[in-house]
Amino acid sequence: MSARRLAIIQPEDFKLSASAKKKISAWVKKYPKDRQRSALIPALWIAQKDAGGWIPEAALREIGDILGMAYIRVYEVVTFYTMFNMAPVGEHHIQLCGTTPCWLRGSDDLIAVLERRIGPRGSVSDDGKLSWVEVECLGACANAPMAQISNAKNDHYYEDLTAENFENLLDNLVAGRKVEPGPQNTRYTSEPEGGNTTLTGTGPYHKTKLINLPNTDKKTKLNYYMPDPKDSRATRGGWVDPDRKASADPTKRGSNLGRDLTKGLVDDDPNKGRPKRAPAKNNKLKTSAQPSFKPKVIYTDGPTDGTPDDLKKINGIGPKFESDLNRKGIYYFRQIGAWKAADIRMVEALIGSSPGRIKRDEWVKQAKKLAKVKA
Amino acid sequence: MAQLLQDKDRIFTNLYGLQDWGLDGAKKRGAWLGTKAMIGQGHDWIIDQIKASGLRGRGGAGFPTGLKWSFMPKEVGARPHFLVVNADESEPGTCKDREMMRHDPHLLIEGCLVASFAMRAHACYIYLRGEYILERHRLQAAIDEAYAAGLVGKNACGSGWDFDIYVHHGAGAYICGEETALLESLEGKKGQPRLKPPFPANAGLYGCPTTVNNVESIAVVPTILRRGAEWFTSFGRENNKGTKVYSISGHVNKPCNVEEALSIPMKTLIEEYAGGVRGGWSNLKAVIPGGSSVPLLPKEICDTVLMDFDALREHQSGLGTAAVIVMDQSTDVVKAIARLAYFYKHESCGQCTPCREGTGWMWRVMERMVRGEAETSEIDMLLGVTKQVEGHTICALGDAAAWPIQGLIRHFRHEIEDRINNYRAGKPVFVPRMEAAE
Repeated sequence: MSARRLAIIQPEDFKLSASAKKKISAWVKKYPKDRQRSALIPALWIAQKDAGGWIPEAALREIGDILGMAYIRVYEVVTFYTMFNMAPVGEHHIQLCGTTPCWLRGSDDLIAVLERRIGPRGSVSDDGKLSWVEVECLGACANAPMAQISNAKNDHYYEDLTAENFENLLDNLVAGRKVEPGPQNTRYTSEPEGGNTTLTGTGPYHKTKLINLPNTDKKTKLNYYMPDPKDSRATRGGWVDPDRKASADPTKRGSNLGRDLTKGLVDDDPNKGRPKRAPAKNNKLKTSAQPSFKPKVIYTDGPTDGTPDDLKKINGIGPKFESDLNRKGIYYFRQIGAWKAADIRMVEALIGSSPGRIKRDEWVKQAKKLAKVKA
Repeated sequence: MAQLLQDKDRIFTNLYGLQDWGLDGAKKRGAWLGTKAMIGQGHDWIIDQIKASGLRGRGGAGFPTGLKWSFMPKEVGARPHFLVVNADESEPGTCKDREMMRHDPHLLIEGCLVASFAMRAHACYIYLRGEYILERHRLQAAIDEAYAAGLVGKNACGSGWDFDIYVHHGAGAYICGEETALLESLEGKKGQPRLKPPFPANAGLYGCPTTVNNVESIAVVPTILRRGAEWFTSFGRENNKGTKVYSISGHVNKPCNVEEALSIPMKTLIEEYAGGVRGGWSNLKAVIPGGSSVPLLPKEICDTVLMDFDALREHQSGLGTAAVIVMDQSTDVVKAIARLAYFYKHESCGQCTPCREGTGWMWRVMERMVRGEAETSEIDMLLGVTKQVEGHTICALGDAAAWPIQGLIRHFRHEIEDRINNYRAGKPVFVPRMEAAE
């Protein structure tokens, strides 16, 4: 465990640049609604690049505000992950790997070079050009010893280092000359030195043919569960925790209970933000006009068919489930009696029932019977 | 001598990046061939094929991949399924996934699609370690190509399956390679492992059914399906089937990554591909056969041992990630392990007391032993402490910190004792055998 703290001297006014904010909002889109917190680590990384190689405290607060998180949670994360620098670093920040595979190949020689040129671990050179830390395995062990050098533009790996070529490399960096990343000897990547002994041809090495697929002739019926194709975010794990209450600030979170699953069908408040639908004709209950693979729930805009049935008569439905179902537009035994497997799955999600409960308690069967009695 | 693997049987045919990594190059090498047809075979066929191929997870634990997939619920309930690819490659000695991601990214992307389909997931996250920045850009570029070509996204490959794939990255924490810590990190929290059960297959990412697989486990899937499980099982011994990318580092003449069959003798692997041990095989002192977390093996065992899960386990070590770290006679093996003890101290997440306190304690004692400033009785005390850490933590980092030290004491106890005696006698504690340093 490494104990890390914020730098004592902080810039007086730091604000994330517009481009950094834009990048952060692009990352947020990768995650399901209400899960924008997932973008925290990429956001901190963007902020570190934006602030010139380290993270000032003001950036933590700004990111906390963008992602809707408590500042302490941001602080917790930033101090946990060692790639975040808590204090200013040099223009070129050298992260030298000193773990056993690199140590076996002579990382001690490189440490001696850095100590002579820059100072002890964690120091910045007087001209501010170089700084260095020893880090744990960077995952390029076949090219040991190696270092990663971060600056405003890139974070390249420099591999197969020796004390001499490392000195040269540092000279070039300080002088602002171009340095080639990757292996600093004759190697190209991680092939054995002196040329690869495998994969020597131009390829392809094998004329790949598909094996005989057994199910090709039979028409395999696939049980696809497809999210709503109209919702562009549906397949981004398109799902909102059914137990989660709608956010206090809807403009910020933009999500209501179960909305992703049944976009346009249900809402917390049946009349809010929803196009007005014509009253059902012929007392026929309306079905949704979604594509056929979409689960369908028969619903009404309200108790359009006279007094609502007492759903509590169904064994397994109590006052809580009844009010939940009513809120979703389900008032009559008839509606429940028409549920298919996909509908049950969705309803379970909507009212927060445990999976399989509706089937186990035979709501549909009971509802059919009760509907018949009523008729 | 065992028959070496031929180029025609290698899965990662652009391991060294000598050819085009892009979509055109990948297609020439056979990627994205018949993906739609494979998906058309159905969820269960894919899982059955992977089970039949005997593929064991390539991330270290060696759990059968097909079996892992079959733990996912058969029906998608209210919560969607997720595939998360563990590309947080940080095990010292391991550098194989990096080559796959920067040189053969399309194999990984295709594997993600097929595996996600098999476990009924519409979304996949690839969690890269933060330091792999070039690899992240490369992978993202390949994913963009695949989206543009309609290979992923809506109706991926024309199969009727919607599939989205995202790259996520960490920020330099080894512990995030543990699957539940990875999920915590992906949710934007500190990477502290979760208690199991519930296992990720029941409650993983965002509380949804999730499978976490290593990059290599996923990237080999399309090729196995294309060429058939029988082809894959024709390599390696029973229960240790298939090919594997080995990373060979340390005191060899030509460190490299290479794909070979499982169950290849360690000596053959090192001599054929890595140019042999520095100063010849007789100059070998010890080998860590599977990344830093597994106990090291002395030369006597290395002479004959096979590189597979079961053979190495018989010798109280493990295949791990197949990262072979070679140490010749010049090596201060006590210091090598002390450096690993520091690594685990640095990377412990601090959640469980035995690990948080134990890793620091073990490192400090190891540092004294490097200098010989210890009592002989402390060797047994150290061994006792490793046993108290092992198995008493939420995740396997405690075990991983204990095993290298246990291996050292098991095989090189005499070196530590010599050092303590030398120190007391006022002699130099460690004199490397210099013939090794060419």
